[in-house]
Amino acid sequence: MSAPASIPVDPRRDGRRLALLLVATPFVLWILLIVVIPHVDLLLISLHEKVAPRVFKTGIRNYVEFFGEPVYVQALVRTVAMSLLATALTLVIAFPVAYYIAKLARGRARTALFMACLLPFWVSELVRVFGWMMILRETGLLSNLLIWAGITAGPVEFLYNDVVVMIGLVYTSLLFMVVPLISALDSLDDSLIEAGYDLGGNAVSILREVVVPHAMPGIVAGSIVVFMLTLGNYLTPTLLGGKSSQWFTAQIYTQFITRFNWEVGSAFGFVLLATSSLIVWIGLRLTGQSLSSTLGR
Amino acid sequence: MSIDLEVRTVSKRFGRFTAVHDVSLQVPKGSFFSILGPSGCGKTTLMRMIAGFEQPSAGDILINGASVLATPPNRRPVNMVFQHLALFPMMTVAGNVGYGLRRRGLPREDIARKVDAVLARVGLATAGPKRIDQLSGGQKQRVAIARCMVLEPTVLLLDEPLGALDLKLREHMKVELKQLQHQFGTTFVYITHDQSEALVMSDQVAVMNGGRFEQVGTPQDLYYRPSSAFVAGFVGDSQRWMATVTAADAGRLRVRTDSGLTIAATAAEGASIAVGARVEIFVRPEAIVLEPGGSPARSAEDGVNQFDGSVDSLLFNGAASRTLVTVAAAAAPGQRDTLAVALPAGLPTGGLAPGEAVRLRFPADRAIAFAAPSGAAPSGAAPSSAASETAS
Repeated sequence: MSAPASIPVDPRRDGRRLALLLVATPFVLWILLIVVIPHVDLLLISLHEKVAPRVFKTGIRNYVEFFGEPVYVQALVRTVAMSLLATALTLVIAFPVAYYIAKLARGRARTALFMACLLPFWVSELVRVFGWMMILRETGLLSNLLIWAGITAGPVEFLYNDVVVMIGLVYTSLLFMVVPLISALDSLDDSLIEAGYDLGGNAVSILREVVVPHAMPGIVAGSIVVFMLTLGNYLTPTLLGGKSSQWFTAQIYTQFITRFNWEVGSAFGFVLLATSSLIVWIGLRLTGQSLSSTLGR
Repeated sequence: MSIDLEVRTVSKRFGRFTAVHDVSLQVPKGSFFSILGPSGCGKTTLMRMIAGFEQPSAGDILINGASVLATPPNRRPVNMVFQHLALFPMMTVAGNVGYGLRRRGLPREDIARKVDAVLARVGLATAGPKRIDQLSGGQKQRVAIARCMVLEPTVLLLDEPLGALDLKLREHMKVELKQLQHQFGTTFVYITHDQSEALVMSDQVAVMNGGRFEQVGTPQDLYYRPSSAFVAGFVGDSQRWMATVTAADAGRLRVRTDSGLTIAATAAEGASIAVGARVEIFVRPEAIVLEPGGSPARSAEDGVNQFDGSVDSLLFNGAASRTLVTVAAAAAPGQRDTLAVALPAGLPTGGLAPGEAVRLRFPADRAIAFAAPSGAAPSGAAPSSAASETAS
């Protein structure tokens, strides 16, 4: 560089910068306007203590209120436990489905099966949940079928218990587990499975030592997505479980809408965010995976 | 000598397609047996049947004299080195090698001891804790073999394991595989489409084509006494002519090639060829002797072919150097033939230059004639086929 004063302008470099800017802008705006700014605002609100009408001071009393009231803590623990169970059940149900689609089905059967998994997701979650309600309510299809078959004397209410909430959550989450599992299992070379048999392995040992370790990134990715979706789900537990569901999101809803207590509601929201982040972190540590190796693929 | 592996009249049909047709073979204990054939000839299907991944449609497979058709692959005393090795990337080298021993439920100390011993035998004594992706191609190869050998199988199956390696390493691994087989003394069954791999390593080679065995024999048998035109063409390089028989006398033939040369040839063993029949003539490049053109013509003794020609080009390739010689047919002016001739190792390439007059001689018993398949298009002068086979 003999003449540092005149910096050569590379038009291609400018073009690339413009392209990057154009590509990144919607993403940055989305993150800023819908994720970052509201969260910062909520965080600030959650740190407001109401001392008198329209008079606030900064403090952590809203969080103290959460931990001081066993009902709230119980609701959170219960929600987390149910979500973990729902994630585990979804994994157990989705794994054979994904294995069949990825490894055993061929050609059109494979496409058809994948579409069968995808199809329910073309209607909204609300409609799907109402579908379950039509089947399971006291005057619904299942109840009437049992009466018609003479198995029960009168109508039976299947809604509003934990089992039905679990069914609804697993049903809602299945696709989000099946897709990452298929992509993980798809990349497993069939000859690895054959080599396992050739060296004396059986179905159980090959599953444990070859298939599951290979599919681990997919398993973890699917589990994270399903866990987050379940933990933050409001519709399914509320509609299928009713008042007895005690879902934590319903508590947040109550604070914001029924009690109009945004300060405590925001604090609850941040407790939920911290809890889910902590559990995902523990899950990654336990399975020896990292976020980039699972969701980043 | 005891027979480790026997295949009796095995056939395999997929729907209406017959992949393996009535194949029989016997592999003696401790020998290196190769199945050589072009891709799609059914050799992989045959091997998968021996390993137990496919069930034969007909016939029987015996290992140590007992039928294994009812035995699933994980209980057969046979292990397989897969085409792409199929090492488990989620385990260490020691984990891979110990996999089969763990399945047998051996105590942990025994597994560690056996794994160390076999890794030392394949020259990877310190590689146990390494990950698979830290190994080179040749090291992976050895781990794949060690993983099988640690189980002390009766028969080790190898499915084109050198296919993915580069040329230099492949040449090296050929020798190494043969040494490993000697060292372990295990029966190897090796499938390949590469004739040089089969010739270099094997005690016995079966040449397979279209689901059938064309010939089973030692590499020397296949090379010098091929029993079919397919074997003659597939194993080794050959100068090849389509020709018509003009005179026949108890296996000694006189033929006229489509390019106009008159050649004294010998009918292949067991082939009966009459005057007027269409034949394919095969001559190995090293059977042709190259002499300077000026040398005094020897009396055209019976049973020796002699052609005058000129050097077309020199294909230098070290010990495998070739000279392409153009021969003009006396009977058919304008027609010419190009023959690939092996350069004698002692002859410096500098002794020849393109355009130089040379004389070619080869004995009639090195020109083998096979009845041409009926309806085959005359391939005419086909020196290009010989050249392209050299390249592959």
